[in-house]
Amino acid sequence: MGERSRLCSVWLGSETGILKGVSVSRKQAFNFCNTSHLSRDQELRALCWGDPAESELLVGAVDGTVKTFSTEKGEFTESRRCGDPEDGCFTGLAALGGSGLLTCGERGPVRVWREDSTEPVAELDAGKNVCRMRLSPVHPNRVATGGKENGLKIWDLERPEEPTFTAKNLRDDWLDLRRAHWVRDMAFIPETDKVVTCTGFHQIHVFDPSSPQRRPVLEADYGEYPLTALSLPAAGNTVVVGNTHGEIALLDLRKGLVRGCLKGLAGGVRWLQCHPSQPVVASCGLDRFLRIHGLEDRKLLHKVYLKSRLNCLLLSSRDLEDAAGEAGTEGVGEEVKDEEDEVWDTMEQVEEKPKRKTGEEEEEPQKKRKKKKKA
Amino acid sequence: MDVSEVPVSQVDSGTKWMKRTPKKKNRGGNGEKRGPQRKVEEEEDEKKMENSEGVFPPNFSVSEIKNKQRRHHMFMKIKQEKRKLKLQVKKKKKKEREALGDKAPPKEVPKTIENQRVYDETTVDPEDEEVAFDEGTDEFSAYFNGLTNPKVLITTSDRPRGRTVRFCEQLATVIPNAHVYYRRGLALKRVIPQCVARNFTYLMVVNEDRKMPNGLVLCHLPDGPTAHFKVSSVRLRKEIKRRGKDPTEHSPEVILNNFSTRLGHSIGRLFAALFPQDPQFIGRQAATFHNQRDFIFFRFHRYIFKNEKKVGIQELGPRFTLKLRSLQKGTFDSKYGEYEWVLKRHEMDACRRKFQL
Repeated sequence: MGERSRLCSVWLGSETGILKGVSVSRKQAFNFCNTSHLSRDQELRALCWGDPAESELLVGAVDGTVKTFSTEKGEFTESRRCGDPEDGCFTGLAALGGSGLLTCGERGPVRVWREDSTEPVAELDAGKNVCRMRLSPVHPNRVATGGKENGLKIWDLERPEEPTFTAKNLRDDWLDLRRAHWVRDMAFIPETDKVVTCTGFHQIHVFDPSSPQRRPVLEADYGEYPLTALSLPAAGNTVVVGNTHGEIALLDLRKGLVRGCLKGLAGGVRWLQCHPSQPVVASCGLDRFLRIHGLEDRKLLHKVYLKSRLNCLLLSSRDLEDAAGEAGTEGVGEEVKDEEDEVWDTMEQVEEKPKRKTGEEEEEPQKKRKKKKKA
Repeated sequence: MDVSEVPVSQVDSGTKWMKRTPKKKNRGGNGEKRGPQRKVEEEEDEKKMENSEGVFPPNFSVSEIKNKQRRHHMFMKIKQEKRKLKLQVKKKKKKEREALGDKAPPKEVPKTIENQRVYDETTVDPEDEEVAFDEGTDEFSAYFNGLTNPKVLITTSDRPRGRTVRFCEQLATVIPNAHVYYRRGLALKRVIPQCVARNFTYLMVVNEDRKMPNGLVLCHLPDGPTAHFKVSSVRLRKEIKRRGKDPTEHSPEVILNNFSTRLGHSIGRLFAALFPQDPQFIGRQAATFHNQRDFIFFRFHRYIFKNEKKVGIQELGPRFTLKLRSLQKGTFDSKYGEYEWVLKRHEMDACRRKFQL
């Protein structure tokens, strides 16, 4: 199990409660669970890395348990209860420095957990119907929350009493009707204070807490279906959004224009993640496929069928393609190599043909030249 | 001599004379006129050759002929020849087969886009634990475990006219425990909670366009999924030839053909859950959902065992064809609902040999 898990560079949580690992270079997918007790209560809703070295994976299930999965050993090492099932399923999960844990339920309680304590260290109330909670990758104390009828709020975990930033209501539309908030996903834009959100009303908003303006500094629109997921690529200035019809688009964050669409999806997107260094984006959703698109040419690079509806996704920060080169993977690697060797051994040697080909290639231009001369 | 004869011939007779006279002169040995005359004759000969044999240089195409009539003529001729050749080859092959008798090689299977189908990785393996678990705990599991009995509400788009009304009525005779209600301009999202409260397990909405049914929304209650189909080639009972008497109220057997992929399985389960789980065989009725090239053909038959080998069937109607447009998770919510599968034209059906169901 451990060897397998070390190969995987993409991790996915499914609706059937199975943690799935995919090795992109090998084109193999593994299930990490006990297939004898599958149940829908174990449905995975959130995934995050437990430590910066990416050896531990934190998995949030619907019934309010957070399990720790060791990618070294390839098995679940720990399971602890974080919050009641009454709080709703996890909408966000993040690891804090020093073995701390940050969870957020659907009904709004954001809790900070320390190791060896069953009670939360700190708790803040983000309001009802929270759709997503995200921790800033740069400032480990900044947390953003948002949901339906619940605008974007940015919190400081040191001061959980009230948020440091709350989005103001949106300006009324051209019919003087109220426009509701429905934040579905958000992300902190690196190197700035800005936060980008996508909404259930197919808008993309950029908020800037450093400016006095509490309404979005940029409003953009994509498609006509609710946007469900969002991710920021490593190369700045763009954002990738996905909607419930399986349309993914790249938007420019400077003017809010669509830069291109990613094709090939059949069902709604549940989670998107861009690779931290490579220009690729991975998407998963209701059509049970993991798809990896290149962001530069917007082509579909990989497509893996994973048999269950997928809820969440996590990419490891190492190179997607090179997973085989690692030291610990020799055991499985050799097996595969053996198979390959057999295949190669059984094949006939085809050394002569290329020579001929090269000969023809050499000849052909000569012929052409001759023809030209004749002409 | 020459000068005097020519005007006479022109005046007296038609072209026949014209042709004959110069020939005679040529034979007489007029050296000057011989050259051009021969050329004409040669051309005529060539034309004759073409007519008789139809031989062309290898890269000659009929479309190069400028004269339309001639082109048409030649085209027909070539076509006939090809057909003749084909028949000959066929006969020859048949004779060879007969001569070989039992040793004849097996007949080649004709290539169709179905048997050339691109492999779909979502094809369900019946032994797959994960898929079995997924299906065992999905929204239809209550029905398949025998906990609920289907109860179907059939309604239409607003103000149905003509065939749509009759189509709904006939659907209600096919599906046991179905109730047809007039829509009364109600929103589906408000109808659904009422249906759930009254223990309906299905909501079926027939959409119409210009008095013809053209869409079907099939919503499983209480918690989805919802499928949207295009409906085409509806033939009501009246329009079916050699149909049997009206169906009885027995619950029919359900035949689901060719639903092989994961999506196909979901759709198949959706249809299966429309009918009660225990068919009443005494009714001898069978409802068929046959999937071919992603089109789902519905037929409703009555069968009879004539003797031990022969079975007679009789169509009862209605018959129609469905094509899946989308499958949505949850009950009907076309605006904010999450779609499990959406047909994307020109993207999904770009390959004719790729099928989704």
